[in-house]
Amino acid sequence: MASPYWHLLVAQVRSQTQYRLSFAVELVFSTVLTLLDVATVFVLFSVNDSLGGFGGGEVFLMVGISALGFPLADLSVGNVERLRVYVRGGLFDAVLLRPLSALGQLLAMDLSARRAGRVVQGLAIYVLALVVAPVAWSPAAAVFAVLAPLSAAVFFGAIFVGGATVAFWWIESGEFANAFTYGGRDFTSYPMTVFGGLFRRVFAYALGFAFVAYLPALALLGRSDPLGVPDWLRWCSPIVALLAAGLAALFWRTGVRHYRSTGS
Amino acid sequence: MTGPDASGWARVPLAIAGAGFRRYSTYRQATVAGAFTNVVFGFMRCYVLLSVAGVAGEAGGYDRAQLATFVWVGQGLLAVVNFWNLLELAERVRSGDVVSDLLRPVDLMTTYVATDVGRAGYAMLTRFVVPVAVGMLAFDLYLPANPVTYLAFAGSVLLAVVICSACRFLVGLTAFWLLDVRGVSMLWVFAAGAGSGLYFPLPLLPDWLETLLWVATPFPALLQAPLDVLVERGPAWPLLAGQAAWLAGSVGLARVVQRRALRRLVIQGG
Repeated sequence: MASPYWHLLVAQVRSQTQYRLSFAVELVFSTVLTLLDVATVFVLFSVNDSLGGFGGGEVFLMVGISALGFPLADLSVGNVERLRVYVRGGLFDAVLLRPLSALGQLLAMDLSARRAGRVVQGLAIYVLALVVAPVAWSPAAAVFAVLAPLSAAVFFGAIFVGGATVAFWWIESGEFANAFTYGGRDFTSYPMTVFGGLFRRVFAYALGFAFVAYLPALALLGRSDPLGVPDWLRWCSPIVALLAAGLAALFWRTGVRHYRSTGS
Repeated sequence: MTGPDASGWARVPLAIAGAGFRRYSTYRQATVAGAFTNVVFGFMRCYVLLSVAGVAGEAGGYDRAQLATFVWVGQGLLAVVNFWNLLELAERVRSGDVVSDLLRPVDLMTTYVATDVGRAGYAMLTRFVVPVAVGMLAFDLYLPANPVTYLAFAGSVLLAVVICSACRFLVGLTAFWLLDVRGVSMLWVFAAGAGSGLYFPLPLLPDWLETLLWVATPFPALLQAPLDVLVERGPAWPLLAGQAAWLAGSVGLARVVQRRALRRLVIQGG
């Protein structure tokens, strides 16, 4: 079954590399320019050497987990956000007619090859963060250092799929999902102590974004959560990520069943 | 439309702007979705900047209320100035549809910029109001006491909208040479995000870099300038003068490039 997806993927990569100069410019720019997102955190630290009670190295580790997890998810499932284009144009009918998984086809058909550069960049940031941050190294921490960004990627992947699925009910949802995907990436780059009120309760705990980078970073740093989350929960990001993926899959299935063609 | 009369020169752009306003006013659900996203980012950036201000209660010369205003009004203006969404021009060049634009008896740039100004007008009444209202409810915002400031702010926003339109029109014009403008668009989108003051007020940067951005790029004129006018960071006139200079520069350059692009036009199978 892997081979039709593989052909779709290869066709995509080939078509995207046709305008060679433009593709090269895009690849380089997307690799270098997304550093500007990370640079924001450095600018903020140039003003104040602690943010929400955390030092530069500690926040850098949170940035690192998020900066690697997000592009991994963006590369593999980020293009699902084009679903609303398919639903609006009635193209999703064609997707459903083929004897392949609908989600699998969407992911393979719109893969954006230039996003690969950001994964490399994210990996570099994360490795640097592990060196710079005062990590309490132990065998468990070493394993978790690998698991944490992968869990973050799975979590963001679930957010991407969940956000796109909204289009089955709300075609004109436009930027709505961005609040949780790109918003989630920015949110997870900071300690939860920075935020407050209802906003923190909803984003950090109800939606689970605290588990993406903040709590895993605390586990790696050997610090307890000043907001009182029990220590054992800091290690639970893989479980939360799988839970989120399960919920997203369930939501997706409901959405596909609910799909009614626009008829155009 | 009636025939040409004494006020003829402004009639066509105004009619096009009106059409742009009406066209975007039909995208109601997208407006709601976009405003929601601005509100989420508003909360996030506001908490982060207030945390940066910390116990000192000040960052880059802005007090807490000014920072909150900077973030929330910035989120509102983002959709008005709209630097992240490029004009349709590039896609129409690629597909060859631009030919039908050129057949009309209206200048290409006038059509696109006027449509965009109409869109900005609609965004001002919707996308701008929602984040600002939420910000006022959730945080203490800085409200200027001097009524002239609001007038200066309105002028500054209008300048920012037209500069941004002209710049995005320039980005679109590169399609006449490149056909696929995604690389250039991406450069524009990231540079505009980082250089306009959207992520943080530019005075947080080292002085030399801030000066370089103001002098060498149009980005501060898009967001930082109107926001500084509103929070009354120094007198308004140098900011407005800087924007006026960028308006002349960007519109002038767009005129020159458009002339060369049209001379170069190859119709793509249209």
